[in-house]
Amino acid sequence: MMPPSSKARRYKDRIAFGLCVVCIAIAVVPLVSILVEVVANGAPALSTEFLTSPPGVIGEAGGGVGNAIQGTLILMGLSSAIGVPVGVLAGIYLAEFGNNKLGHSLRFLNDVLAEFPSIVVGILAYSIIVATTNIGFSIGPLSIRFTTGLGSFSTIAGAIALSIIMLPVVTRTTEESIKLVPATIRDAAAALGIRKWRATVSVVLSTARGGVVTGVLLAVARITGETAPLILTVLGSNLFFTGLTHPVDALPLRIWRLALLPYDYAREQGWGAALVLIIIVLTLNVTVRLVTRGRYSMVRSRI
Amino acid sequence: MVLKEQQRKEEESFRERLLGFFGHSIFQFISTFFGSVVAVVLALMAIVLVSGSFPVLQRFGLSFFTGVNWNPVIGKEAFGALPYILGTLVTSAIAIAIGVPISLGIAIFLAEMSPWKIRGPISQLIELLAAVPSVIYGLWGLFVFRFWIRDWIETPLSTYFGSIPILKGTPFGLDVLTAGLILAIMIIPTVSSISREVMMAVPASQREAAYSLGATRWETVRIGVLNYSRSGIFGAAILGLGRAVGETMAVTMVIGNAIGPAALPTSLLKAGQTLSSLIANEFNEADPTSLHPAALIGLGLILFMFALLINVFAQLLVWKVLKVKGGSVE
Repeated sequence: MMPPSSKARRYKDRIAFGLCVVCIAIAVVPLVSILVEVVANGAPALSTEFLTSPPGVIGEAGGGVGNAIQGTLILMGLSSAIGVPVGVLAGIYLAEFGNNKLGHSLRFLNDVLAEFPSIVVGILAYSIIVATTNIGFSIGPLSIRFTTGLGSFSTIAGAIALSIIMLPVVTRTTEESIKLVPATIRDAAAALGIRKWRATVSVVLSTARGGVVTGVLLAVARITGETAPLILTVLGSNLFFTGLTHPVDALPLRIWRLALLPYDYAREQGWGAALVLIIIVLTLNVTVRLVTRGRYSMVRSRI
Repeated sequence: MVLKEQQRKEEESFRERLLGFFGHSIFQFISTFFGSVVAVVLALMAIVLVSGSFPVLQRFGLSFFTGVNWNPVIGKEAFGALPYILGTLVTSAIAIAIGVPISLGIAIFLAEMSPWKIRGPISQLIELLAAVPSVIYGLWGLFVFRFWIRDWIETPLSTYFGSIPILKGTPFGLDVLTAGLILAIMIIPTVSSISREVMMAVPASQREAAYSLGATRWETVRIGVLNYSRSGIFGAAILGLGRAVGETMAVTMVIGNAIGPAALPTSLLKAGQTLSSLIANEFNEADPTSLHPAALIGLGLILFMFALLINVFAQLLVWKVLKVKGGSVE
């Protein structure tokens, strides 16, 4: 026999279930709308000229986002080249030697940096690399003066900012993946007489490589869409890449600038650029998620 | 001959042991070095922000934090960050108030209620929401979402409740409310995935106990799961707050970008400005010889302090809970 109030309680249960489904719908509607709008408005803008040529004169239709696509690819490559090795080594440190006070503090700081506002990272890169700072001090008769910074917005400043954003993600996923490697594999390596550090590099890391690659790809997807730090570092440009110490264009920056122009063609180009960007980002994401379905959920859940 | 052979072997093994010993030390040194990069980065950030904003702090003192005027023209400088601090707090508060309940519903559904078959696809969809770049949220907000909010929420609100001070203003769609709501959408993936993890860390015995007392599914969730995971969910909400406070591009594109006293968020239907959106808007126009860049870096310093406070607090809460799970976090 159920208690007399069981009917009301059952209705309450139904209502709670219904509300949860509504919550899912509220989250899915914007996602679907974003995808539909980007594809519907962006597809008409796509053409060979749009994908390969630099922007035209402001206010006149024509031109494209070729230089922005190139810039984004260069920034992705450069920041991975800096961020991945540092992040993987830091992850190895946390997994292998991080079981002490220093390790716990660094792991904590890493989690804090992972959630940090990206525009603050932009200010850091701006202050150190873009702005010139005169440092001068004298010790007795010895006087030391030097200037830091390039004095100009530059590709390298953007790559460093993005690699700092990437770093905590790569570090965390490397650590988590290494911790998933069964102890028996380490023991087997030790039994073969392989030195501990060699075993870490060639046996443990190679067993953990799936998780590490997943983390790296998701980190790259994340920085590809970053805009705020680029405003303070690479500035944007109408030209193709001219060198590491010069400004460069990037897709997210270009989308922002186009969206703010009061012309119809600019709006169309903005949607077109958004389509290119979302294709790059979602291809990376969806591929990773499909290939690793069910695995490395630890790695993925917090990116 | 034999002796020589033995001597050679001993030398070799000594060399090997030396290499093994140093190899390990060198490896440990290198990885410790790179492991410490994160601490160096955070320390540099603090140094750079304080030294970069020093000229402004020196000249305006505490009134930099409490002033409302903003004028970068040389000779007439006035830099007060209060409207942007409040703008950041108000938009983030809206994001939390709307985004956290929705995220909780999603987390409860995925952790406790959904059939096995659709759990995977739905959580993948929610995760995709996190993959969309913020500038695309901004573009969508500027050309699509803004009109939804204007026509379906703001127009009715201002027609029926327009006399309430916080709802004064013309429904325009580029204002504090739209910025807060777009932030609410953007924090959903973070808050829902962490709360879900926290709920799944609740021991099964909690649920079994509730069921064995005759509780319905919802009662089990409320008594057995939500009660148990309260502090972890709170941590997830605070992490969402951290995301909302730092988010730049989407907000910049929909908040209307008011300046000075006009940016004080006195009404939801009024253009506003946040700390990060003002930095994004003005940084490239700032004259490097004036105090303007220093003032913008000062806004960055405030943002840094907010982020540090929020994240340290949230990490402590989330860590405490996930440690219970064992294995995953040491």
